[in-house]
Amino acid sequence: MAQLTLDELRKKRKEAKKEIYLREGKYKSKIIVHMGTCGIAAGAREIVSAFLGEIEILTDKDVMLTTSGCAGLCSMEPMATVELLNSPSVKYGNLTTDKARRIFKEHILGGNIVTDYAIGIGSEKGG
Amino acid sequence: MAVRRIELMLCTGTGCVAGGAFRIYETLEKEIQKQGLEKEISVIITGCNGFCGQGPLMVVQPDEIFYGFLTPEDIPFLVQEHLLKGRPVKKLMFTPPEKKEPVPLLSEIPFFKKQMLVVLRNKGIIDPEKIDDYIARDGYTALEKVLSSMTPDDVIDEITRSGLRGRGGGGFPTGTKWKICRTEQKTPKYIICNCDEGDPGAYMDRSVFETDPHTVIEGMIIGAYAIGASHAYIYARTEYPLAIKRMDLAISHARDYGLLGKNILGTGFSFNLEIREGSGAFVCGEETSLIHSIEGKGPEPRQRPPFPAQLGIWDCPTVINNVETWANVPVIINRGADWFSKLGTETSKGTKIFSLVGKINNTGLIEVPMGITLREIVYDIGGGIPYDKKFKAVQTGGPSGGCMPDSMIDVPIDYESLTEAGSMMGSGGMIVMDEDICMVDVAKFFIQFTNDESCGKCTTCRDGSEALYEILTNITNGDGKEGDLEFLDEVGNAVKDASMCGLGTTLPNPVLSTLKYFRDEYEAHIKEKRCPALVCKNLIKYYILPEKCTGCKLCLKNCPPDAIKGELKHVHIIDQSKCTKCGTCLDVCPPKVSAIIKVTGKEMENITGIEEPYPVKRRKK
Repeated sequence: MAQLTLDELRKKRKEAKKEIYLREGKYKSKIIVHMGTCGIAAGAREIVSAFLGEIEILTDKDVMLTTSGCAGLCSMEPMATVELLNSPSVKYGNLTTDKARRIFKEHILGGNIVTDYAIGIGSEKGG
Repeated sequence: MAVRRIELMLCTGTGCVAGGAFRIYETLEKEIQKQGLEKEISVIITGCNGFCGQGPLMVVQPDEIFYGFLTPEDIPFLVQEHLLKGRPVKKLMFTPPEKKEPVPLLSEIPFFKKQMLVVLRNKGIIDPEKIDDYIARDGYTALEKVLSSMTPDDVIDEITRSGLRGRGGGGFPTGTKWKICRTEQKTPKYIICNCDEGDPGAYMDRSVFETDPHTVIEGMIIGAYAIGASHAYIYARTEYPLAIKRMDLAISHARDYGLLGKNILGTGFSFNLEIREGSGAFVCGEETSLIHSIEGKGPEPRQRPPFPAQLGIWDCPTVINNVETWANVPVIINRGADWFSKLGTETSKGTKIFSLVGKINNTGLIEVPMGITLREIVYDIGGGIPYDKKFKAVQTGGPSGGCMPDSMIDVPIDYESLTEAGSMMGSGGMIVMDEDICMVDVAKFFIQFTNDESCGKCTTCRDGSEALYEILTNITNGDGKEGDLEFLDEVGNAVKDASMCGLGTTLPNPVLSTLKYFRDEYEAHIKEKRCPALVCKNLIKYYILPEKCTGCKLCLKNCPPDAIKGELKHVHIIDQSKCTKCGTCLDVCPPKVSAIIKVTGKEMENITGIEEPYPVKRRKK
């Protein structure tokens, strides 16, 4: 490894920051893919991969992708919930990888709910 | 590297490693592969997370879910449930002792809530073996700032204004020390990082090395620039293999990047760093002994002044600071003296790392702002005393420190208040004691330690510690006599006044502080031959309560010296002439029965154990 100059160190820092974003908890939006047995059987794993592929090309990696259990609407799996900062969450159902990519572009990046696939806005109330 | 959706921050501090963290690492990798998640999830090795009492442990990011007490057997289930299906596993989460429901999130666990991370800002976030992780967390930005826009005097001024004081125990203002060294004419100048952490129950410095070695290196480069040094030593105990390994690796990475060596970052400044391992003599933590040890001489302290900043290693001006002090430097440069000096109290600025051990629910490493009270540390962060026992005292500062009783639990902690209480900050060991601890026994333990570790140069320290130990042994053996306490007081103060280095001047603290706050316990030992905490073996007897004994033979079978007489459904009797007071009977007697007690003082008189077992009377249910 060649010795760095000041500028090279700064450049390196910029690159290195992309590697640790997951641990710092700076997010503007969150995608939850429902991964109950029903979800996995319906293809939720591919949906996760599709979302990951989209995050990969982002420069600012401020999207958090996580999974949770069955959302209760097993016939509509694979499902995902999208939460933007300060807005109600939106549930999408019957996803395919293409639909997932469109949701990512239009909702996560663009801020517009994809009404074609949305099955509900807001979360159920806890009892 | 491709993006991942989950990172598992696995703690690999020494505590968790001893608990099997690397076995968990292997199992995690295997299970992740098995579920086909290796592209989405990675396992990151981090330094000490701090919550050592829960280890082996890990934090799942970005969900921030904390799992403790992991075993390799838990991992397949955990990977399938949480990592694949997104259902966090409740049974592996942390549940506070008084609560029923677990607290999933790291940030909501009370142990972490009241802490303030300055030195340990990267703990659990970076892999200590990767320099890029440190750089990503704004590592080496302070060095950039210093080398590109500050003069050495600017740096010293900033450190002075911040109010940073030595974290090794003495609390000398760091900026002043640097300035003294800078103004010395003689060259070359040296700097030393003191990682000879010898206090029983203290592991702050080790953890900083294991968690974030680069922050120490960066602090040292900045210090070298400020005082005009070109060479440095890191003096670490050879008993810290993992810490030394990580520091060694960090030094070689920094060298590869041109952050150490000639012409650092192309700015013309040159500086080098090497590790020297000490063989664990306690006195080597004293700065002049440490210097002698590096020089290859016998580790004995010398008279000061001249201070090392004037005349140090190889007879050259030397700044010697503790690990934690160095680790504070990059933060002060980055965030400014004004920010730093707002933290803490009037005389003690910033934060302090403590290792919280002993009779406390949440054992671990904590970083808190100066001025926090003992109560907050013991009850809010530490989660209180186990089994609802009563809090008795906290021993701060290791063998050189003293015991603070519960009457001082609301005193804000800083250098001055601890010294006033007859203790000291020390490097930050904090041993919590409950009602079952005998304070005379504690004092004896620490004096035995310092007596062993005294280098023997000063008569007061060498023979004084011997004399103190002898008297304390007599008292705990029940052979204490009138006048012993006055003698302890007199010898203790003489050792304090007439010894040369820090070891001797502070070694009587455990005796003097317990004499001050727990004099009644000493008197009970001497006058009534009674140990109120039921610890000192010569002053207690084990006794089986006849009305409670069910005659189950459990204690009889387990008694190592076969001192218990009895047969099934007969009241057992302990033959006092054979009993070694190991306490096994007390441990094995079922909690529902609880027939065995310890007695002391007058109560012992009638217990001889010469009677024979007799049948258990039927009791009403």
